[in-house]
Amino acid sequence: MPSSLVDGNSLLAVDVGAANTRAVLFDVVEGEYRFMASGTAPSTAEAPLKDVSEGARQAIRNLQALLGRPLLDTQNNLITPSQPNGSGVDALVVTLSAGATIRTVIVGLLKDVSIESARRLTESTYARIVETIGLNDQRRPDQQIDSIIRMRPDLIVITGGTDGGASRSIKKLLEPVGLASFLLPEEKRPAVLFAGNEKIGDEVRDMFGPLTASLHLSPNVRPSLETEDLEPAQRELAHMVVGLRKRQIKGVDLLDQWSDGHILPTAYATGRMVRFLAKVYGSKKGILVVDIGASAALISAGFKDKSTLNVYPQFGLGENLPGLLNYTSLEDILRWSPLDISTGILRDYLYQKSLYPSAIAATKEDLAIAQSVTRQALYLAMQSARRDFPRNIATIKPNLTPLFEPILAGGGALSDALRPGQGLLILLDSLQPVGVTTVILDQNNLLPLLGAAASQNNILPVQVLESGAFLSVGTVVSPVVTAKYGTPILLGKLTYENGVEARVELKYGSLETLPLQSGEVGKLAIQCLRGANVGFGPGRGGTIPVSGGALGVVFDGRGRPLDLPSDPVRRRELIKKWNWTIGGE
Amino acid sequence: MQAPVNHIVGLTSIVRERILPFSGTVLVQLNQKVSPNEVIAESNWAREHILLDVARLLRVTPAVAERLIKIKVDDRVPANTEVAVGKGLFPRSVRTPREGRVVVVGGGQVLIEVGDPKIELHAGLPGTVVEIIPNRGAVIQTAGALVQGIWGNGRIESGLLVNIAESPNGVLVANRLDVSLRGSILLAGMVKDAETLKAASELPVRGLILSSLYPSLIPMAREMRFPIMLTEGFGALPMNSAAYKLLSTNAKREITVNAEVYDRYSGARPEAIIQLPTFTDPPIPHEVDDFAPGLQIRMRRPPAMGMIGSIVAIPRGLTTLPSGLRAPAAEVKLENGETVIVPLVNLEVVG
Repeated sequence: MPSSLVDGNSLLAVDVGAANTRAVLFDVVEGEYRFMASGTAPSTAEAPLKDVSEGARQAIRNLQALLGRPLLDTQNNLITPSQPNGSGVDALVVTLSAGATIRTVIVGLLKDVSIESARRLTESTYARIVETIGLNDQRRPDQQIDSIIRMRPDLIVITGGTDGGASRSIKKLLEPVGLASFLLPEEKRPAVLFAGNEKIGDEVRDMFGPLTASLHLSPNVRPSLETEDLEPAQRELAHMVVGLRKRQIKGVDLLDQWSDGHILPTAYATGRMVRFLAKVYGSKKGILVVDIGASAALISAGFKDKSTLNVYPQFGLGENLPGLLNYTSLEDILRWSPLDISTGILRDYLYQKSLYPSAIAATKEDLAIAQSVTRQALYLAMQSARRDFPRNIATIKPNLTPLFEPILAGGGALSDALRPGQGLLILLDSLQPVGVTTVILDQNNLLPLLGAAASQNNILPVQVLESGAFLSVGTVVSPVVTAKYGTPILLGKLTYENGVEARVELKYGSLETLPLQSGEVGKLAIQCLRGANVGFGPGRGGTIPVSGGALGVVFDGRGRPLDLPSDPVRRRELIKKWNWTIGGE
Repeated sequence: MQAPVNHIVGLTSIVRERILPFSGTVLVQLNQKVSPNEVIAESNWAREHILLDVARLLRVTPAVAERLIKIKVDDRVPANTEVAVGKGLFPRSVRTPREGRVVVVGGGQVLIEVGDPKIELHAGLPGTVVEIIPNRGAVIQTAGALVQGIWGNGRIESGLLVNIAESPNGVLVANRLDVSLRGSILLAGMVKDAETLKAASELPVRGLILSSLYPSLIPMAREMRFPIMLTEGFGALPMNSAAYKLLSTNAKREITVNAEVYDRYSGARPEAIIQLPTFTDPPIPHEVDDFAPGLQIRMRRPPAMGMIGSIVAIPRGLTTLPSGLRAPAAEVKLENGETVIVPLVNLEVVG
């Protein structure tokens, strides 16, 4: 294991994304860790540089220009530990999401049991399932072999069997998988993760050991039929992904060396942070973290007893964009657009943008399309992730988004130079939160970096989280109710600390705001009309403390699930009105 | 900030590393002249197999089946070869359903690879082998004009370049393809319908250099047996003036189109090469450049997507774009005289 970081030391965190690489410095100011500054540079995993350390060095150079403090020496190597003259840092952690989607074959026994666990495990990283082999597979073994060979997987994830349970069926399934691995060219043989019945671990070693340079065994994800425990296997998978990236992408090994092994896939680091937050701040409600960027959409939810982590490369806004049409229609994407855009223009956009994933919207029309695509991709990611949420969680209605407090959002699409109102509206449309929740934007995409640092320095994440490095957008009140458009559904009274009151009447189909500055707190009295439910029960109101943010207190009276008008002209007018109301435009 | 470079160059040295995806045999020698379609390395990788479960078919145990199997690993077996014969008065037998090579025998089963396992690596450009990469491929060098594209259908071909695009925003339609164009590589604007691709295939042409293609035609374009290279991308996009000018002025010359599938990680991308005689090797163009005033650029995204321009100035820090986003940007003078503010990430250097 890597050595621990020493409390009180400076920490440089580098995030190597698909489009951008960021270098972030955390240091101690007046006895507490603070986010100091960040430098950004284009990522360099792709040609022509094909070396992620180049992008990392440039990001660090941009950071040191801001700090006025050298972090790299004359040979462009990281200065570590920090020197008496103020140069250098004491430690480095790295998160990594750059790289092609990991093509994965999953193997398990039953569709709804071990194969489902394998699917959930695989979705915890930047992988795409290209083939599934299970007990109910009707194909002949040679058809299975050929299918695996044609898919040229990077990774095989094997689950199946409870600990001490039957092992014959899983061994039978492994035969074609082993043969396919054997028949692949040696340098193309996939890494193998076995997370099934521990009883056959030795046989798995015997079969796959000579066939792959990367065989990992983790505790069973299904120790019993009723129990699923993904965390140990997720940890193993995270290490395997870093190993795969070291082989695929030049420069990862150098960052690994600089960071003394403190390198994690960004998604895993985020999931770790969610688990940490759920433990530290967890209440009856869950904690939700979303991130959407070029490489993937990520949804991670932390509940009292369980956390989930789902990574969806198919909903990323980069090279996989044309594939989005396998999951949705052009019309469903365009329903979010405030501008009249044809399906042809949108189709061209999806294909053309996939050629240049790091490009950004320079025109208003391009931005309208980009934000519509972001909404639909995040909406689809949330719908998919909800399948994996535990059953016994706090909800207002089972078919709606569960109750969360807070919602933290990051990623290039949400944090890059967007006004907070635009970001909030994207989140409200795609996640459709219910009840009362605080929405926080991770503008500097710090969360995964804190997750990477957490295991080595557990003070740093807590102190940085509480230091105001994240942008609180505000408190959002979203009643669940069915009513006619324009009907009053909620009365709100916000009492400020100085005793001044502000009131709002929320009508169905509208958005309203009450100002409450960041750092301020107030008391919000809610009176629900027409059976509206904000978490106190249908038609019940209450008084709750609320904290401020960039947009104060936002009331979303558009109903859940959000039902947009089918008439396109009226819909676009409403979207423009909503944009105007919450300060986006 | 470092800038990606799209090569559109009248005369340059072109050096390309061509390698197999995995180990194989290199078939060329140092200093050998190669043509674009010449196979320079090959390897075997079977993707079709037949598993014969001899034990099950003969209704014997795997151990018994092992003793009955008559063929061994690496045997080449014609179709209907007897693999094993059971015991008894009317013994059952197991025969190979297809011709193939035995790859595994064990556990009472036989695995045979069938079909053509050969993987061939083509030179991709006309030139000289300047380096051998043992077991993987070679480095090939040539000199000439180079135009890089953004999408290719994976085919390679050489032929006479014929310009049938009257302007950079020309549209190729089926009835423009007559018999006089048979066997040519066409410089031909954009394609919007399947009939045009079908007509090109039936003629047949040797290749198409297009500005753009409707996305719905991508699956069909991938199936075409001749190379299709797009210079701009998808939709109805005119060809950038630099590429159009260079290609149209080289009409009637022999051209090679290597419509290689764009791979952002390896750097492989489609390109058209017109080999030209030179006395000395011209310089090799940079793969990256630094954004600076005066550089010729191409717009990757709207406004004026695909248009050529030059950088006038690069303001310090972040600039607010017409979309409202803030990003490092450049002031660009487009070839139509208009000046626009463009984020640097939406630009590529032409050269």
